[in-house]
Amino acid sequence: MSVNASGWRPERPANGGSGAGDATATFSGNRALMLDEALIFEIGTAETTGVDLDASMLDDGRGNRLGGLARTAPIGLPGLSEPETVRHYTRLSRQNYAIDLGLFPLGSCTMKHNPRLNERMARLPGFADIHPLQPVDTVQGALAVINELAFWLIDLTGMHGVAMSPKAGAHGELCGILCIKAALEKRGEGDRKVVLVPESAHGTNPATAAFAGFKVEGIPANANGRVDLEALKARLGPDVAAVMITNPNTCGLFEPDMKAISDAVHAAGGYVYCDGANFNAIVGRVRPGDLGIDAMHINLHKTFSTPHGGGGPGSGPVVLSEALSPFGPLPYTARTADGHIHLIEEERAEEFSNEHFGGKLDSFGRMTAFHGQMGMFTRALTYILSHGADGLRQVAEDAVLNANYVLRQLEGVLEAPFAHSGPCMHEALFSDEGFADGFSTLDVAKGLIDEGYHPMTMYFPLVVHGAMLVEPTETESKAALDAFIGSLRAVAERARAGDAALKAAPVHAPRRRLDETLAARKPILAWKDPAPVAEAAE
Amino acid sequence: MRYLPLTTDDRRQMLHAVGAESIDDLFVDVPEAARLSGPIEGLPMHASEMAVERHMSALARRNLVAGEVPFFLGAGAYRHHVPASVDHLIQRGEYLTAYTPYQPEIAQGTLQMLFEFQTQVARLFGCDVANASMYDGSTACWEAISMAGRVTRRKRAVLSSGLHPHYVSVARTMAKFTGDTLDTAAPELNAMTDGERLLAAINGETSCVVVQYPDILGRIADLSAVAARAHEHGALLIAVVTEPVALGAIKSPGEMGADIVVGEGQSLGVGLQFGGPYVGLFACKDKYVRQMPGRLCGETVDAEGKRGFVLTLSTREQHIRREKATSNICTNSGLCALAFSIHVTLLGEAGLRTLASINHDGAVRAAERLGKVPGVRVVNDSFFNEFVVELPVEARPVVRTLADRGILAGVSLGRLYPGEESLANGLLVAVTETTTADDIDALAEALEEVLA
Repeated sequence: MSVNASGWRPERPANGGSGAGDATATFSGNRALMLDEALIFEIGTAETTGVDLDASMLDDGRGNRLGGLARTAPIGLPGLSEPETVRHYTRLSRQNYAIDLGLFPLGSCTMKHNPRLNERMARLPGFADIHPLQPVDTVQGALAVINELAFWLIDLTGMHGVAMSPKAGAHGELCGILCIKAALEKRGEGDRKVVLVPESAHGTNPATAAFAGFKVEGIPANANGRVDLEALKARLGPDVAAVMITNPNTCGLFEPDMKAISDAVHAAGGYVYCDGANFNAIVGRVRPGDLGIDAMHINLHKTFSTPHGGGGPGSGPVVLSEALSPFGPLPYTARTADGHIHLIEEERAEEFSNEHFGGKLDSFGRMTAFHGQMGMFTRALTYILSHGADGLRQVAEDAVLNANYVLRQLEGVLEAPFAHSGPCMHEALFSDEGFADGFSTLDVAKGLIDEGYHPMTMYFPLVVHGAMLVEPTETESKAALDAFIGSLRAVAERARAGDAALKAAPVHAPRRRLDETLAARKPILAWKDPAPVAEAAE
Repeated sequence: MRYLPLTTDDRRQMLHAVGAESIDDLFVDVPEAARLSGPIEGLPMHASEMAVERHMSALARRNLVAGEVPFFLGAGAYRHHVPASVDHLIQRGEYLTAYTPYQPEIAQGTLQMLFEFQTQVARLFGCDVANASMYDGSTACWEAISMAGRVTRRKRAVLSSGLHPHYVSVARTMAKFTGDTLDTAAPELNAMTDGERLLAAINGETSCVVVQYPDILGRIADLSAVAARAHEHGALLIAVVTEPVALGAIKSPGEMGADIVVGEGQSLGVGLQFGGPYVGLFACKDKYVRQMPGRLCGETVDAEGKRGFVLTLSTREQHIRREKATSNICTNSGLCALAFSIHVTLLGEAGLRTLASINHDGAVRAAERLGKVPGVRVVNDSFFNEFVVELPVEARPVVRTLADRGILAGVSLGRLYPGEESLANGLLVAVTETTTADDIDALAEALEEVLA
């Protein structure tokens, strides 16, 4: 989660770039290991294929049964042979920064090492090659994975139940908010239309509440970057359905009044949604269930290290309080005394509820086809079992220690708006205060790129001017942190000193600063084949 | 613990550097009552790779693996052969362990790939533009309905009876909360799709018509008439494609007038994985792009004038627009989109067309063979790689019996439409390039025995 709201527009250098006259220019435009790569549409052809298919499986002459809709127009898909394909995607991959290359301090995203055992387990044919609609007797092992992971997520959070099917964090938020809406409607209080969200929240929180038909209102923060409890209490009332709070919050701080907030919200008839994006800071040390939370999504791709994959797939199970559990989505799994694991879908939901839950279950319905992100469940379960109770506790401790180390080591050179109020949790927040005129967080970020790092989250949270949110995670060594701190300090000093060269950064990346304004003003969202050159008139 | 680099000595030094006596000092904001004093109860202590592998492998062995038996399941998730290089490439750390390309200068790999992916999806669907992917087909379908509501400012959607019942369920869940009205129906067990019902249902209040192509029973029907009627009334046509390989053999929905085309991309590159993660495909006409949900990658230039790619039109998105965003979606399905794109690149136009022909020809052979089983009737006139047979008895117990014999026979309509008695004898059978002639014979012979 990060924001690049700068809309920065570069000025083109007078000489047109590093072409003629540049002593380091090369004929190809490549620079040794830094290789450019054309688009598949420029190098592939319609005839080329990298897959040998078995032509003996074709039945020429039998006639088709395509309902008279056989394709006649070309699709326009270029093909590449296997060696060309492998080279294309390998060359492209080398233009990406990644955790495997170095520290990736993107605040609120928890970019920790992705254990490769998780990948191997997800690829066992027993998990990777089974169909979601196979008879349940033939997928008991898969259902056991879902059930076992669900059990540990409940154990780690101290909650009552868990909805496993949400596909990502924002989908989990939606799940939690729908549970709240269903619970309110069941109570006959469907007229509660307001969801309170702090200004520092992830954009997904207000977007989710609005998507589910709620009106969103802000919650004020106090000078220490926390929810202003008294102001919140004053706003609570019969129109408030829920509050959505991130804890630890997006300033990297624990909300010490969380239990009091929950009690106040409950007393006023509302529910408490917790954005669990930052669960990594407290896993194994604090159980959200002990703080009065009613629903919290867990980003398996953050805390439990299923890979981020260049932007998903994620997975967002939602742990639920006793009050909300009955309303969770279908399908869900349940183990009965005979050891059989049931997959409860629409058809058996009522019967199963009557048999085993005294008829109390009242699901709001289905959120996705099939049963959720199975491939992520196997990875997350592998991660949890690898770490164990002691390892997970150590994860939170090391994540918090690493962040505080970064915070204190940079205090002299970067302004940390909330550092006076005590330690941070898993991420350190800085502002752009003290930078020379005309120098911004964006410049520091681009300078870090030249230093060989992915920048921190920038301009988020919105409550801090020029925010820089640094989340090192627990999988960094002290040496790696020291090196990063050195680089960030050096770049920050350049911004304070007004080093004009920093405005041109990055100069060592595969690309210089990109023109985002042009991209938005004249969107080119797909490749268009160049018009054929007109044949000369006879 | 193998994943944690800090040594005890590092921790001591670092605590000292931050001015803390112990780690507990850093958790001082957590109220005393909420602090756990030791490792969480119940969960075992950390375990070796070997021990964890043993546990997970034992669970994996309790599943019947599709590739080890004659296998005929489809209904929105298809078993295709994924070339070895796809899985190799997506495991490169530069893709696997990167994130959303927020810093384009060091994410050109992901961005260029997404630009290529968007173009491939748009061309396959016959649309102008596609986004950088959604969670899966079912959520993409709801997002399309929601988008049609924004475009038309209407809240009444007509859903074809041939739309996947899970997709209908998802839409129903969401509509309950948003106040949209959905006109739905269960399919009938015959060769005709519900085109007539759709034409009759469209009126001046309709925001969109949603038609699956090929539909849940495998039938293929021309969308042109529905598109024309929808457009006459100011409504949009949303086409849903759950088997994109089909578009190597049949016309694209865009060619027939669809305004938005969404789909499930799992067939290409992704694998079955018990239902997820998959990859939602989302494409539309140019004029609606600013109402689209999800991430979009666009071409631009850098400060030296070199071509490059960035995420763009983000003023539609939640991190800028917050409660006014077109969707709450944040993370998409990047790595699955990469797998899809690599597979499509490997196939190319020629490969995809041949693959589609092999699928269709195999399905035709299977339909002919199964149609000869006494008491079995092939319901479809038209199909691509999936069709329905009507058995003389309820299909669901038959599927279970055949599973015991080591044959995964297909998806019974009873599983998809519980309680719909008129559909209970229907069995949905999918055939792909992974299905051999022996598999088809095995299914036919087993059915002959079970039904005798």
